[in-house]
Amino acid sequence: MKLLTGPAPHIHDNISTRRIMLDVLIALTPAAILAVLMWGWYMLLLEIGSMAFAEFLELFVMRVFRKKKDFVPDLSASVTALLLVFNVPAGISWWTMATGILVAIIIGKEIFGGIGNNPFNPALVGRLFMYISFPVAMITWPEVNWLHFWAPAYDVATTATPLGEAKLHGVAAATQLFHGLTWTSFLGIIPGSAGETSALLLIIGFLYLWWRKVVSYEIPVAYIGTTFVLSAIFWMANPSAYYDPLTSIMVGGLMLGALFMATDPVTSPVTSRGKWIFGIGAGVITVLIRYIGAYPEGVNFAIILMNALVPFINQFTKRRVFGAVKENG
Amino acid sequence: MIVWKFKGGIHPPTKKLAKDSKIEKMESSKRFYLFLAQNSGNPPKLIVQAGSEVKTGQRIADADGFVSVPLHSPVTGKVVEIKKEKHPVTGRPADMVVIEKTKADEWIKLDPVKPYTDYTPDEIKKRVVEAGIVGLGGATFPTHVKLAPSKKVDTVILNGAECEPYLTIDHRMMVEYADEICKGGVAIAKAIGATKIFAGIEENKPDAIEAMKKAGNPMGIEIVVLPTKYPQGSEKHLIYAITKKEVPSGGLPMDVGVVVDNVSTARAIYRALEYGEPLIERGLTITGEGVKASKNVFARIGTPLSDLVNYASPTEDAQRVILGGPMTGVAVDSLDIGISKGTSGITVLPEMIVKKASETNCIRCYRCVDACPTNLEPYLLYKQFKKKMFNEMKETHLMDCIECGSCAYVCPANIDHVKAFKTAKLVVRTLGRR
Repeated sequence: MKLLTGPAPHIHDNISTRRIMLDVLIALTPAAILAVLMWGWYMLLLEIGSMAFAEFLELFVMRVFRKKKDFVPDLSASVTALLLVFNVPAGISWWTMATGILVAIIIGKEIFGGIGNNPFNPALVGRLFMYISFPVAMITWPEVNWLHFWAPAYDVATTATPLGEAKLHGVAAATQLFHGLTWTSFLGIIPGSAGETSALLLIIGFLYLWWRKVVSYEIPVAYIGTTFVLSAIFWMANPSAYYDPLTSIMVGGLMLGALFMATDPVTSPVTSRGKWIFGIGAGVITVLIRYIGAYPEGVNFAIILMNALVPFINQFTKRRVFGAVKENG
Repeated sequence: MIVWKFKGGIHPPTKKLAKDSKIEKMESSKRFYLFLAQNSGNPPKLIVQAGSEVKTGQRIADADGFVSVPLHSPVTGKVVEIKKEKHPVTGRPADMVVIEKTKADEWIKLDPVKPYTDYTPDEIKKRVVEAGIVGLGGATFPTHVKLAPSKKVDTVILNGAECEPYLTIDHRMMVEYADEICKGGVAIAKAIGATKIFAGIEENKPDAIEAMKKAGNPMGIEIVVLPTKYPQGSEKHLIYAITKKEVPSGGLPMDVGVVVDNVSTARAIYRALEYGEPLIERGLTITGEGVKASKNVFARIGTPLSDLVNYASPTEDAQRVILGGPMTGVAVDSLDIGISKGTSGITVLPEMIVKKASETNCIRCYRCVDACPTNLEPYLLYKQFKKKMFNEMKETHLMDCIECGSCAYVCPANIDHVKAFKTAKLVVRTLGRR
C-alpha cells in the first residue's frame, strides 16, 4: 500500500471557485436569454464575445505575466464580462464593449492581484470607465425589438428609458410612454441596459444563487428595502414628481445591482451586520443620486462608493469571538 | 432540557460505517510499538531496557512531573528494542519501545482492588494517575490533572458527541458498556466533588442515547441529546450546549465549573478502580472507504497499524491512513508504528475521496467565517499568515482556534487553513517565550 499524507481535514465539501462562478452564470442566464429575445443576434454576440475576450485576457495575464503555467480559467472573468454587458445599452459598438472589458479585467481586477484582491467590483469599474469615456453611446438605448433575431440592435431606433425620461420630462410622461411602468418593468420588456430590465428574471436567478448558498440575502434586502422606503418618502411628499416606491425598485439598474453586483463577495462586507450597513448605504446613495444628483441612475456610483468603505465596515462589525467573555462568563 | 446551539459548524457526511458492528477482540499481534510520548505534557521516563522481561500491565515508564502519566506494558514478553522513530503527531524523532509478546498474559494489576464505590476521592485520583489514564477522545490530556481543579467544579460532562465523521467507537462503547461508562462518571464526580453529571450525545445515535439513559438515569446522570453538527464534540462547544457557559478565551473548562471527559475515558477509570487494570487497551474504529470491513475493535496499546488495517481488509486503492477521523486526524506515512492511547480510530481513505485541487486565491466568499464555530475570521487570519503578520494574527484571535478544520472543509479555494494556523501558533508561542 502506497501511503500519501496531507494536512487535516482530509475530506472536503464539494465546492470550488469555478462551481460558484458557474452558478452565477446559470443565475444570469434567464436575463441573458431575454436580452437576446429583445435585441437579437448582436446581443448574443456581445454576451458570448465579451465572456470569451475576458477569459482570454485573464488567461494571458495569468500565464504570461504571473507565470502560472497551470492556470485554468475559473469563470470569474466570464461573470464580470456578462455583468458588464448587462450594464450597457444593447446597441453599443463591439469595440466600445471590448474596451470596457479590457478596463474591467485589467484595471478593475488584474492590477490588484487578480481574483479576490480587487477592492471594487470589476464590472462596475468597466462600466464607469465606459460611462465617462463614451457618454453618448452609453445612453443611446435601442427600442425593444421583440423576437426579431436577425435585426441588429445597433440599427434599431433609439428611445428613452424610464429613469431618463422621468429626469427629463417628468414621471407622468414616462409612465405614459411605458404604459403601466410597474408591471412592464417587473417583466422587463422595456428599454434599458441589456440585462437589467427584468426584475422577475433577475429575482429568479438570485433565488437560485441563494438556494445554492452562493449569496446571502442581507445586501439585496437592505439595498432594495432602503430604496423602497426612501422613494416612498419622496413620492408621498410629491406624487407627481417621483415614481411610486414599487416602480422605483423595478426600474433602472437597481435589481441587477442589488442582486448581483452589490453581493459580489470580494467587494462586500463579511458579517451579517456589515452587509446590512453596506446595503442600506448603497440604497441611500442610489436614491440621492436619482432624485437630487445630476444623473438619472445612481446604482453604479452607489455600489462603487460602498465598495470603498468595505474595509472600514469590516473593521467595525467584527463578531464577538466565542469565549471572549467577561469574568465568569 | 434546553440545548444551546453554537453558531457556525458544518455538516459533513457522517459516514458512520461501523455503527452497528460490535466491538471485537482481535487476535493479539506479535510485536508492539509504544511511543513514550502518548500523553500531552511530559512524556514518561523509561524504567526498562532492551532485554527486560515485562508482564502485562507492568509499568515500563514513570510519570515525569505532574502533567504526565506512566506507561505500562500491553503484553507479557520482552523489550527487544528502544529506538527513535518519527512521531506521527510532532513529525520529529521520538523514543519508542518495541515489545515482543512471548506468552499469554500474566497480569500485574494495580492494587488494592475493591468495588469502585469504596474509593475515597484521593484514592480515585491516585488510581487514575497510576493507571496511566489520559483523555481517550484524542487529546490525550492526563485525566488526573482534570480531577484536581484549582477552582470549584460542580459539573461533570461525559462527552459522547463523537462528531468526527466515520468514527463509531464511542457510539459502540455507549451501546455496549453504558453501565461501566456511567459508573466511571460517578467516580469522576466523586473525585472532584461535583454534584451534576451530564452525558452529551448527538441525536444520530439513538441506540446509544437509550442505553445511556437506561444505565445513567438511576445513577443521577442526565443524558442530553445534542444536534448532529460538527464540531459538537469540541469540549468548549459541548459545555456551551449543555450549560450555556462559554469557556473564556485561553481558559479551561474548570473556569466555568465544568470537567469534561470522554465516555471511553470514564470507562477506563471504572476499569482501573473496579478491576485494577492500567490503561493498556483501548477501543478504536477501523473504517473508511479504504477498507472493505469497517469495524470496531479492542486493541492493546502499541498494536501495529499494519495489523489493524489488514484486519479490516484494505482496498486496492486505499491511499491515506489517518490516525483519528478525517477532520482532525493525522495522516501517517508508515504503518510500522503502534496505536497510542489517543488513537480513537484509523480512517483509511482511497484517493478518490482525499484528492483535492491545488490552492487558488481566496475569493472572500466567507464560507469559512460562517463555518467557524469559534466566530473567527479564517480568511483574514490566512491573509495575515501569508504576510507573516504573526502578532496581528494573535490580535485576530489565532489562539482561540480549536483546529476543527471546518474552514478548510468548506473552502472553495482549497486553502489549508488549519495547517497554516498550527504553524502560526507554534511561531506565536515561540515568540512569546522569548
